[in-house]
Amino acid sequence: MTPVFRACGERAVTVEFGDTIDPDVNDAVIRLGAALDAAPFDGMVETVPTYRSLLIVYDPLVVRGRAVERQVADRLSGEGPAPAPPRRWRIPVHYGGAAALDLENLADEKGMTPDALIALHSGADYRVYMIGFAPGFAYLGGVPERLHTPRLTTPRQHVPAGAIGLGGQQASINSVAGPSGWRFIGQTPVRAFDPRRADPVLFRAGDRIAFYPVSADEAAQAAIPEPEAAP
Amino acid sequence: MTLEILSASPMLSVQDAGRRGLRGMGVSASGPMDPPALALANALCANPADAAALEFAAFGGQVRTDAPVRFAVTGGMCDIRIADRILAPDESHWLHPDETLTLGALRGASWGYFAVAGGIDTPPVLGSRSTHLRFALGGLDGRRLGAGDRLPIGAAFGDTLLRLAVPVPARRFADPVRILPGPQDGSFSDDVLARLTTSPFTVTDRRDRMAFVLDGPDLPARHGHDDSERHGHDYPARHGHDIVSDGTMPGAIQVPGTGKPMVLMAECQTTGGYPKIATVISADLARLAQMPVGTTVRFATMTRDAAEDAARIAHAARAALIASLTPKADRTLSSEYLLSCDLVGGFHDPEAVTGGPA
Repeated sequence: MTPVFRACGERAVTVEFGDTIDPDVNDAVIRLGAALDAAPFDGMVETVPTYRSLLIVYDPLVVRGRAVERQVADRLSGEGPAPAPPRRWRIPVHYGGAAALDLENLADEKGMTPDALIALHSGADYRVYMIGFAPGFAYLGGVPERLHTPRLTTPRQHVPAGAIGLGGQQASINSVAGPSGWRFIGQTPVRAFDPRRADPVLFRAGDRIAFYPVSADEAAQAAIPEPEAAP
Repeated sequence: MTLEILSASPMLSVQDAGRRGLRGMGVSASGPMDPPALALANALCANPADAAALEFAAFGGQVRTDAPVRFAVTGGMCDIRIADRILAPDESHWLHPDETLTLGALRGASWGYFAVAGGIDTPPVLGSRSTHLRFALGGLDGRRLGAGDRLPIGAAFGDTLLRLAVPVPARRFADPVRILPGPQDGSFSDDVLARLTTSPFTVTDRRDRMAFVLDGPDLPARHGHDDSERHGHDYPARHGHDIVSDGTMPGAIQVPGTGKPMVLMAECQTTGGYPKIATVISADLARLAQMPVGTTVRFATMTRDAAEDAARIAHAARAALIASLTPKADRTLSSEYLLSCDLVGGFHDPEAVTGGPA
């Protein structure tokens, strides 16, 4: 699909690469975002990669939307710099405890044991499609089909930070405490968002994530993980 | 120097110009609902444009300081008092340690700004002092202020009281709010798109710093809606009122399954899964934010070129207003100044007549 420009008012434009959830579409979004971030045009404020489009925010006092679109189109047709290789994270999860609000009932619904559900969830490779909704909140794709699950009709008012969730065909590592209608099967000590950290947000679009089960004690002692370059 | 909150509006928070460049991390700008009003309050106190002040809804509350400080209140008509002295908005005054300042009800406006010379000096979080209430960032512990809170005040520049050469022009709420179609105008039929600009909408009390819900005709998307999406914590789907989530900006008019438009504001989410039928131009968003509940809103479409021109005009007007600030007359009043005071509206400044506290 040829990228389409859609004005979002007079200080942002969305470059839409598709309207589906697709790793190739998401890669194209991430590639353009990285190219613009590496060499921003005059007046560019920021870029926001999402599943299938890149939001580009600019200052209309410096640059007009028409000029933004022309410059972005040039970037799209030119040879951009090679994007950074995706990073791979291994995230410890305690499948159980207070945050595992749905582990038992979800396993029941799926006709499997909690252990089988844990094996499925921790055996999959996930992709961070985008960061949004809340600071550092990563939308993860790659959920095994048997774990696709409808959300609650009435959201819970308080789900803790670090809760490991499933919603629709997506998975999450909740970055901040708050209300949510997703289903939760465990908790990680890893904080996806911490404003006091040099890198407040751990993940970025394009990262790969795998979960591994740990005990409550191991979870309590886990350090902030370091990413590796994905093969 | 410290500002002490003695009583507070239910919606009183520290705000500066907001966070910039963090939407990609899921952190929206936050900052003022009425940026020009915050900029004016800062300028009246000789503060830099990025200084932090207090934003309040409906009324402010009562405050005092432990040292003399200049302050200004902007945003609209406001009942401002020190003891039995009534003070005017849109100019700076002195507040002395033995005095209690009352920031009373706003009239014909929704958001007021209270700046002090030197600015509110709470520690910046992610580059800004703005309170992000939803995610508890910035300000004082990321929360609304209440009685007993104490806020540090930074070092002030100068000691001159300032006023405008001419009063701030009143906001014209009856003028149409200008919009650009999209980004998802394609999710709506021509009929529904026409409804947006031909029917009146009303500002409802379902509003906060994240979004304003408007009442008016139903704006159904082409392919119906999925109720599971209405809680905002979106996951992807591809029909009607569900789109595959994309980036959002303040001013976006998103339409959830209820069919009632919701205008995103300063503290909105960075991404969303509802179609955005149109976007309010930035030059008009503060005016919409200031409309009292029950105000009739009419939308008018414009081109992006015209919206960019409007942004430049609004910026130039704001700069001219701030450049026009002039020292307040000391004990004498020109007829020009008297005319500029809103005496008919009952707001005048006895302090300007007497010269104020020595």
